[in-house]
Amino acid sequence: MKRARPATVSEGWGKAGGPLDVARIRQDFPILRQQIHGKPLVYLDNAATSQKPQCVIDAVRRYYETENSNIHRGIHYLSERATAEYEETRAKVKRFLNATDTKEIVFVRGTTEGINLVAQSYGRKFVKAGDEILITAMEHHSNIVPWQILCEQAGARLRVVPMNHDGELLLEEYERLLGGRTKLVAVAHVSNALGTVNPVKQIVELAHRRGVPVLLDGAQAAPHMAVDVQALDCDFYTFSGHKLFGPTGIGVLYGKAPHLEAMPPYQAGGDMISLVTFEKTHYNILPYKFEAGTPHIAGGIGLGAAVDYVTTIGLDAIAAYERELLAYATQALSTIPGLKIIGTAKEKATVLSFVLDGVHPHDIGTILDREGVAIRAGHHCAMPVMQRFGVPATARASFAFYNTKEEVDALVRAMHKVLKVFR
Amino acid sequence: MSELSELYQEVILDHNKSPRNFRKLKDADRTADGYNPLCGDKVTVYVKLDGEMISEISFEGSGCAISKASASMMTESLKGKTAAEAEALFDRVHKMLTGDPGANGGAADLGKLAVLSGVCQFPARVKCASLSWHTFRAAMKKAGGTASTE
Repeated sequence: MKRARPATVSEGWGKAGGPLDVARIRQDFPILRQQIHGKPLVYLDNAATSQKPQCVIDAVRRYYETENSNIHRGIHYLSERATAEYEETRAKVKRFLNATDTKEIVFVRGTTEGINLVAQSYGRKFVKAGDEILITAMEHHSNIVPWQILCEQAGARLRVVPMNHDGELLLEEYERLLGGRTKLVAVAHVSNALGTVNPVKQIVELAHRRGVPVLLDGAQAAPHMAVDVQALDCDFYTFSGHKLFGPTGIGVLYGKAPHLEAMPPYQAGGDMISLVTFEKTHYNILPYKFEAGTPHIAGGIGLGAAVDYVTTIGLDAIAAYERELLAYATQALSTIPGLKIIGTAKEKATVLSFVLDGVHPHDIGTILDREGVAIRAGHHCAMPVMQRFGVPATARASFAFYNTKEEVDALVRAMHKVLKVFR
Repeated sequence: MSELSELYQEVILDHNKSPRNFRKLKDADRTADGYNPLCGDKVTVYVKLDGEMISEISFEGSGCAISKASASMMTESLKGKTAAEAEALFDRVHKMLTGDPGANGGAADLGKLAVLSGVCQFPARVKCASLSWHTFRAAMKKAGGTASTE
């Protein structure tokens, strides 16, 4: 069934433990060769979405060109092949997260859907009137609103762990808020607006001591560090393919099997059933119980290629390189007069949110764009975070392992253009 | 750089730095809040009417240079106009901002407001410039709630 797969990454870099050959890596990303407004593209909006290596683009294309068919229904050759490749991604993701079983890997559209699934399936079943859901002050809207909706439906209460002015969670407050009524804790592994890496292992441990399960929003963590769900001991972990150099519209929800077994289906339709009569329907086994309808097959196959790609480079090598890049960028931006970095936690991923005296982030974004530098300006779908820091918006430069110190320099030069326009 | 300097003209930077009529009108007859959910720009427009005429107009809020300058210039240009004249001006400004070909030649008699014509080269910024105008319109229509650029 399985056929020889073409090499998915270019040779010669990523020797185990060695430094990254970033120049070589950049050649794998066709979009980076582009010029924007006559300047080389400096793509620093990776927290919004990351770019795709050629092997991912090829995998999606190969599926449509040579394997396109529906999966899990295959009595014909193409369907068997597509099914095998799609399911192979599940096995790759299982290894990527160090889950114990592929049945714990549920494909979803992205992190947002992963959280909604848990809120509406686990939450609707186990959260009752008077119960509490605990989130934090640095969550993305997608880890706030699904819980608000659940709380409204169940008559439960949403509680929020505060953070300090560096953007670090107050763990003693967290412990205080974890009470007999807490039914679930939902926390970002890495904050999308501040870059803070939360002490999730400790957070899980403290919750488990009180028998409370924990969901980790891994959207901003999975592309930057090795994630081991068994070591973290989290109950749910969810991330998006498109931030991990894969296609949009595909993501992963990991859940411990006993939880997933106990949960009712999230959506109903084809593929999630084993037997249907008009009197009664029997649901399919895990993980298919949660995968109603024809999925994003090409996306799943593309995600498999993306997981291969980052695994070959090595998450530890990526994390080490990005630490260096973050330190360099933090230092470089600090030299710009009037610039203030928002989010100064000790443990950070490569997200740099900042504001500039007298210049709105939107204006920064426009001027940087004309210099070929792509950043995000706005509230980053984390309006409570903006409120916490008393700013309407921030400019955010977010890096991936294909970014370079030269690109940081280009960002700094472009920031001086901003100063020139506005001073 | 030319499109950029057309966007950030001196006049715009000046209005951004020292916005005119940037205050609350306590005895306003009409008021509305405007909000751009995309970027978080917020504006409140206050209008005082003398019969059909706009006798006072002011604004408050937070936003980028384009939205602030646009609001500031709007208050200058609408003061003393009748509701009907203001509506006609809204139309022409809107056409100019969105690069509507019908606006050709029209920018000339828009006076100072013509400096905002550079915005149409920046599709992502059109809503910044039009937010205060939409909000003014909502205030005049007494449409309760929040005006939106969406």
